[in-house]
Amino acid sequence: MENVILVGMADLNVCESPDAIKTLALGSCVGIVLYEPYQKVAGMAHIMLPDSTQIRNSDNHAKFADTGIESLINTMKDKFNIDKRRLRAKIAGGAQMFNFGTKNEMLRIGDRNIEATKRNLALHNIPLICEDVGDNYGRTITFYPDTSELHIMSHGRPSKII
Amino acid sequence: MPKFDYRKIDNVQKDVLQEVGNIGAGHAATALSQMIQGKINMEIPTARLIRIENISDIVGGPDVIVTGILITLQGEVEGMMMFIMDEASTEQLIELILKSYNMIATDDKELRDSTIKESGNIIAGSYLNALSHLLNKRIEPSIPYLSVDMAGAILSVPAIEFGKVSDDALIIETKFWKDQNGVTGYFILIPTLESYDKILTTLGL
Repeated sequence: MENVILVGMADLNVCESPDAIKTLALGSCVGIVLYEPYQKVAGMAHIMLPDSTQIRNSDNHAKFADTGIESLINTMKDKFNIDKRRLRAKIAGGAQMFNFGTKNEMLRIGDRNIEATKRNLALHNIPLICEDVGDNYGRTITFYPDTSELHIMSHGRPSKII
Repeated sequence: MPKFDYRKIDNVQKDVLQEVGNIGAGHAATALSQMIQGKINMEIPTARLIRIENISDIVGGPDVIVTGILITLQGEVEGMMMFIMDEASTEQLIELILKSYNMIATDDKELRDSTIKESGNIIAGSYLNALSHLLNKRIEPSIPYLSVDMAGAILSVPAIEFGKVSDDALIIETKFWKDQNGVTGYFILIPTLESYDKILTTLGL
């Protein structure tokens, strides 16, 4: 019997095949999936902000792109003894939920989350296999380590698999 | 550095913020009543501290589809004001507004969207006007922004703003409803930490 592990906002978790891992309603947040296709294990983080170093109160690692990715790698090492060099990534989210225009920096947070996520993946030499990011709608994502498929569901749009 | 720490909010501060919400939401409910020419009921507002990751619990969970109207606040009180309803309530409210203006029901998405946006504008305007008078502070609302999507995705916008300073958010939330017609929604006022300071200081706390 396979289970679906749920990851909350500013949260991270891991799973192995045949289980799946899911997070609900990504808006400007980014869902980061790291997976090891040979061991068929995966981890997911639902980050809210790009950079932990710019924030005073930052004890929750899963809230930020930088510490979230690092902590996800460490959790996967501890739990599944993965070889970091075999990790792959898929990401989704980083929308701009309200059409604010671009002048307000605080409201461009989706883009900044995407940029920070990519920068931190590159820093760890983890290849980004595919992404479904930006635009102006929310996404619920489920990753299946068995097939390495990321399923994306949105309101009023056909679902996608990347 | 703001001196108000909302993680240590006391009962007096809470009461004052709830009264602020009461005055604002009271005016907003009246404006909405006039718009639909019918009575709108409202619960006593609550000022509550909520873990940012649980913010969508306000409306019943992250994957509930809601209509969210967001207005950003600048001037002497900064932050966000949101007006949130579930899908069925939104449709019902649009019907009531169109009816009270003697307009025929329409499927025109653009007209329906602009109807709901404009109602958000009027409602938030009343709320903020009352607030501005009470506090004698200038509040400059933005135009209303509309999104129909999963509650978690919509509320991630204020959650992220709060996430920059804390793992909790202090929100002033008011539930309103209309009898028989199944319209239920929320006014949510989310001032910044600095603005909470100003509000409480102005009111003598």
